[in-house]
Amino acid sequence: MAASQTAGREPPKVAIVGESDHIVAETAARILAEFADPQTINRAKDGAWRGPLWRAVSDAGLPLAWVPEQLGGSGASLADGFAVLGAAGRFAVAMPLAETLLAGWLLARAGLASPNGAMTVAPARPFNRITLGNDGTLSGRALGVPFASDATHIAVIAEDATDAAVVLVAAKDCGIDKGHTPAGDASNVVVFDRVKPLRHARAPAGLDGAALMLMGSVIRSVQTAGALEAILSLSVAYANERIAFERPIGKFQAVQQNLARLAGEVAAALAVSGSAADALAQESAFDDAVFLEATSAKIRCAEAATEGAGIAHQVFGAIGFTDEHVLHRFTLRLLAWRDDFGNESYWAAELGRRVARQGADEFWPLVASR
Amino acid sequence: MSTSLQFDQIRLPPECESLRRDVRAFLAEEIANGTFDPHRPGHGDSHDRAFSKRIGARGWIGMTWPKKYGGHERSFLERYVVTEEFRVANAPVRLHFVADRQSGPILLKYAPEHIKVDILPRICRGELCFVIGMSEPGSGSDLFAAKAKATKVDKGWRINGSKIWTSNAHVADYMLGLFRTSPATKDNRRHGLTQFLVDMKTPGITVNPIYQMTGQHDFNEVVFDDAFVPDDHVMGEVDSAWKQATSELAYERSGPERFLETFYVMLELIRALGPEPDIHSAEGLGRLVAQLHALRRMSVSVAGMLQAGKEPMVEGAIVKDLGTIWEQKLPQRARELTAFLAPEIGNRATLEEQLVFATTVAPKLTIQGGTTEIMRGIIARGLGLR
Repeated sequence: MAASQTAGREPPKVAIVGESDHIVAETAARILAEFADPQTINRAKDGAWRGPLWRAVSDAGLPLAWVPEQLGGSGASLADGFAVLGAAGRFAVAMPLAETLLAGWLLARAGLASPNGAMTVAPARPFNRITLGNDGTLSGRALGVPFASDATHIAVIAEDATDAAVVLVAAKDCGIDKGHTPAGDASNVVVFDRVKPLRHARAPAGLDGAALMLMGSVIRSVQTAGALEAILSLSVAYANERIAFERPIGKFQAVQQNLARLAGEVAAALAVSGSAADALAQESAFDDAVFLEATSAKIRCAEAATEGAGIAHQVFGAIGFTDEHVLHRFTLRLLAWRDDFGNESYWAAELGRRVARQGADEFWPLVASR
Repeated sequence: MSTSLQFDQIRLPPECESLRRDVRAFLAEEIANGTFDPHRPGHGDSHDRAFSKRIGARGWIGMTWPKKYGGHERSFLERYVVTEEFRVANAPVRLHFVADRQSGPILLKYAPEHIKVDILPRICRGELCFVIGMSEPGSGSDLFAAKAKATKVDKGWRINGSKIWTSNAHVADYMLGLFRTSPATKDNRRHGLTQFLVDMKTPGITVNPIYQMTGQHDFNEVVFDDAFVPDDHVMGEVDSAWKQATSELAYERSGPERFLETFYVMLELIRALGPEPDIHSAEGLGRLVAQLHALRRMSVSVAGMLQAGKEPMVEGAIVKDLGTIWEQKLPQRARELTAFLAPEIGNRATLEEQLVFATTVAPKLTIQGGTTEIMRGIIARGLGLR
């Protein structure tokens, strides 16, 4: 219809962004397919896959994609980095790739160079405060810091007497417990007991704990959408293969309805996370519209993770509940990621408060602003 | 068939923003003049001929159609902006909406030139109301089971039978309807239906009102008793209407009207909660906002992909499935979130009136324009399960 009605006229201007990001995303997908095949990793009884995978992504410059070259990174765009994270979600990558990207972004925003090796960020949950004291050391406690026990460095947003500071510390200088997520990935309580910074700088205007939390939220949303895409694809393939009552279970309407609902959740997650990533890539400030994009992405993607993981397990039945089946690599990460950088309840309350404060007359203009 | 879903990042181009300002100014003026009350759904008529003509005069009907047929050759994203602003204001656009969204595009594609030249400019001026003649007493979602018959006679066709749930037939000028011209064949049960353009003033057509549970009157039964339709009113190929349902369905399914029909509830809920809601209400409101934002991003994306010539059939069906279910739950969520408010909140009367109306409207949202079950069948087919 569109084509026939517009034939012979100027093609209408439609802003499609993100289509130039294929090269970086394809590189990431190729490396992940070779070194991070979920089936292979799930079968491996040791962590021998970790070294080659980390070397491959590092050689390709992916962990420091968001760090400019002069600060030690590969200087890719935000859009490129988000494309890498979508691919990482599709492979349920279980190493601090997203966290290193985020840490590098944080350091770079403050003009600090990134070290080599795995990093993570703190705080990673709301209500956690880390302070930079008069003696120049960090104090405080951060819960649920993803991959802290696997990281060499931690990039921190800390409060000092007047302002926010970005601080790089060595992980070995911090107290780190042995916590982990339901998926088995490290997620640690990190205690900063007068930890001496390796580097620090004043945070630029607009970059504070909330901004870090929002950036982390969009990262988790993009990973979530990727993992949801993967479980949809696995579930549909299984439903077409698995025979029960003498036909593939995918022929039963009840199963089709469930898979259609799963597709709906995947679609919502893809659309809202893609939109938020694009908003961050286009805008420099965390204004109201970007706040709506980022918080909505985290809220809706977390809801999609809950619904989607449940449906996928229902489709797979008992086999999907086994250790040997690959499904849990995706579903347990989907569920775990909900809690990082503010869960959906936290952000819903924040978003609801902001909308209420601005009032009914401002609501539609905000929604329709992009 | 593929499990891969696509939502391009579509940003509304700059020309949409000035258009949006114009539409808002127009609506504010109409509201000030008393044309309609955005806060009182179910009051006043949902079709207003004079209002539709004023909208037509602004160039906001047939926006994407060629100029030679009275259209304005603007983009589908511009049409999107107009549609959502009218919907959010709860403006009475029923008279021209079906013609603008569905019927005009079908005429553009299948009508002979002299009919296009005659009818399309009148649609664009807001003068014509179109209705869709698909459902029958014995066939709804299964539209290829339609029985109402068109029999070939000299220079045209004689129609007999009836259509039902025909919204706005009592005010309509034309119907685009499916009628049986041949029996279905063994290997194709969809064969044998033909799409006709029917002038509602044709002798032999009776319109009987059917009142809905909201107390409103949109539905009708339309009975055909030897109604004559000339040959040039056949739209497309005889017996092959099934081939003609293509990408315009994605517009019908994925538009903003699929989750903004009772948007006034969102606004009144925000008013009721006030500037400092408790954490329970704030969290509930935040989730609704996030879900609505996600739906709109999907819907805008589908509009942009259609504009770019893609065919996001599955994505469009998903927007309708998720959007209508979200909206159906909206009055219930508003009840829950306002349950603990003080009795004397300022807008209680308005909120309660709106909730009563939205609650009675809610059941139809997942039925009209293709049921949830049909949408999920389409999605399942797209996934390669059928």
